[in-house]
Amino acid sequence: MQTTILYIGRDTEITTVMARLLNARSEWKGICVCSDDEAISICREQHIDLVLLGNGINAGCEKALREKLTKIKPGVKIIQHYGGGSGLLYGEIMTALN
Amino acid sequence: MSQFILHKANTRGHANHGWLNAHHSFSFANYYNPERMHFGVLRVLNDDLIDGGMGFGTHPHDNMEIITIPLAGAIAHKDSMGNSAVIKNGEIQVMSAGTGVSHSEFNANADEQLNLLQIWLFPNKKNVTPRYDQQTLDVEARHNNFQQILSPNTDDAGVWIHQDAWFSLGKFDAGFETEYKIKKAGNGVYAFVISGEVTINGQVLGKRDGLGVWDTDSISFKANTADAEVLLMDVPMELN
Repeated sequence: MQTTILYIGRDTEITTVMARLLNARSEWKGICVCSDDEAISICREQHIDLVLLGNGINAGCEKALREKLTKIKPGVKIIQHYGGGSGLLYGEIMTALN
Repeated sequence: MSQFILHKANTRGHANHGWLNAHHSFSFANYYNPERMHFGVLRVLNDDLIDGGMGFGTHPHDNMEIITIPLAGAIAHKDSMGNSAVIKNGEIQVMSAGTGVSHSEFNANADEQLNLLQIWLFPNKKNVTPRYDQQTLDVEARHNNFQQILSPNTDDAGVWIHQDAWFSLGKFDAGFETEYKIKKAGNGVYAFVISGEVTINGQVLGKRDGLGVWDTDSISFKANTADAEVLLMDVPMELN
């Protein structure tokens, strides 16, 4: 069964890399966006297992995102992704899911 | 009472890609070990051997303090901030990825292998403006001395980063003994043996072994062999 992962970041290049990396693994489905509104809309419409918060999201936006996403999907895991599509990604996701 | 964790060299993660022979002290890329995720804010310690002319094409990073220490050879670096440089053994490079930066890293020499340590620390604040720096170190100053090569302070010895961390390098004669005092309460020290054999807090460490020590103010150090070379990473144990 595929794990659906929603990535939200502000840098379009990193967002593109994240989409490539997440969708390169058959066990993951990655949805990657730069807009908070788009992320909230996707969360309303689709099943999401894990949310990764990427670069450039300020403290205020992060707080609002966490509140809104948790309200829409109670219990959804929301973690910070560090490194920008780097060697940390697999470990972060495995840790969050396990 | 102090606590410690010992990472023997042969227990590190290993990935041989042909042009890149990498050893990971902590989980990285496809190497995932839940027991080896980080030591405090120290998240990545990669020991990379890169063939002549080969390297990592342009790729992005964010929100990490990335420190590169060439042990042999030279690395050619280019980034989206406009920096283009070659960093060789005896120098240190730092990049605060912050809101996002792209860079490439290649072995600057076609006919010589490059060996580097790449170290990533979680930053003490997210989304800083990306920055780059490199410094040439006085290699003689680390003879029988822990030479500071990195700190949180812009006006201190070595490069600086967005984290309450201090790195020191030392190269020691056999039998040399000293004590290293931890720079900040709550920090721990991760010692990585570059070459030779040393004893730290009673633990005998060989080449590429790592020892993390915390809940203490200082560590005892003794070089057991000539030209023992050690990197100390004094880092916060609490994640921000």
